[in-house]
Amino acid sequence: MRRLDALAAIYPFLERRGTVVVTIMGAVAAELQSLGHRPNFFYLQHAMGLASSMGIGIALSRPELKVVVFDGDGSLLMNLGGLTTLARYRPTNLVHVVFDNESLLSVGGFPTATSTGSDLAEIAKAAGVPRTLTVREPDAFTRAFGDAMAAGELTTMVVKVEAVGPKTFVTDLSLLENRYAFQRHLASLRDSPT
Amino acid sequence: MPVSTSSSQQVYDSLKAAGVRLISALPETWLVHLIRMAEDDAEMTLVRLAKEEEGVGVSMGAHLAGVRSAMLMQNHGFLAAVNAIVSGAQLYRIPLLMLITARGSFGERDPWQTEGGLITEHVLDALRIPYDTIHAPADVARKITDAQTLAYSSSRPVALLLGRSLMWED
Repeated sequence: MRRLDALAAIYPFLERRGTVVVTIMGAVAAELQSLGHRPNFFYLQHAMGLASSMGIGIALSRPELKVVVFDGDGSLLMNLGGLTTLARYRPTNLVHVVFDNESLLSVGGFPTATSTGSDLAEIAKAAGVPRTLTVREPDAFTRAFGDAMAAGELTTMVVKVEAVGPKTFVTDLSLLENRYAFQRHLASLRDSPT
Repeated sequence: MPVSTSSSQQVYDSLKAAGVRLISALPETWLVHLIRMAEDDAEMTLVRLAKEEEGVGVSMGAHLAGVRSAMLMQNHGFLAAVNAIVSGAQLYRIPLLMLITARGSFGERDPWQTEGGLITEHVLDALRIPYDTIHAPADVARKITDAQTLAYSSSRPVALLLGRSLMWED
């Protein structure tokens, strides 16, 4: 499964009012933008590992929102302790998707520890995340993502994808433009919640 | 345990008065009362961390979501969070309020705290993070308010070092 196709399949979920998306840097950010940027998308273009930490910060601050985090194997491996923090507070409005291509693709494709058997879904489960699973097929991913969005329980979902991505990761959306527009969007959802 | 309850209460009350409603923390001796106060307060969201750099991400998310937050950590925890501060809070212009216990200064009895005490302020200078140290209980409220004001007006991280004379009674 290609990550771009997986993102395209679930894109309609991400358009729903009250859903907010936080992604890691690199291919994930560029591919989601290529499908169409929206004001409820925030791309954390550095600070590797902290997308899930930002996600819990938003989820605990705004329980009425549905927070989707698009993480990666390389990023999550940098913040495994964060899984124990997710599990401790287990926000019911957070869906944590980990695209696992077993590779640090954006810096030349060096293999990560998931290529030698480390299982991020099992690590999340052992950390105490209540719903964990691994999916490998596009249809299974689309179904599982819909289930997770409806579950009302913290989910960490590992999605095995091919180690392919776009030619360039730099887009014409400036980091601060994205940051301030995202903040304003979250404020507007609070000011006019319907 | 000679950690000052009254100073901890002043720090906590000042954070509440400044509108802080989310605190992320990693336990350290000088912070035990502050963390307990946050835990016992139904109006406060306390996020206990595995490592301090997570707290930068948590505060970034809270800020963009419209909630005022603060981080409580030891200076060695600040050192552990440096990349998150630079490539998270500074890159994205987040008004991050950090309260950092200044371990390893004059009076420190724990040998393992002494190395970090030598360099904390130099690292803050190198990162161009404005900081001040609170030594006296009478300064707590004003310095916390002023620190948060600058964090918001500059959209940058700021730090308050909690000194031994404030936090430790012996």
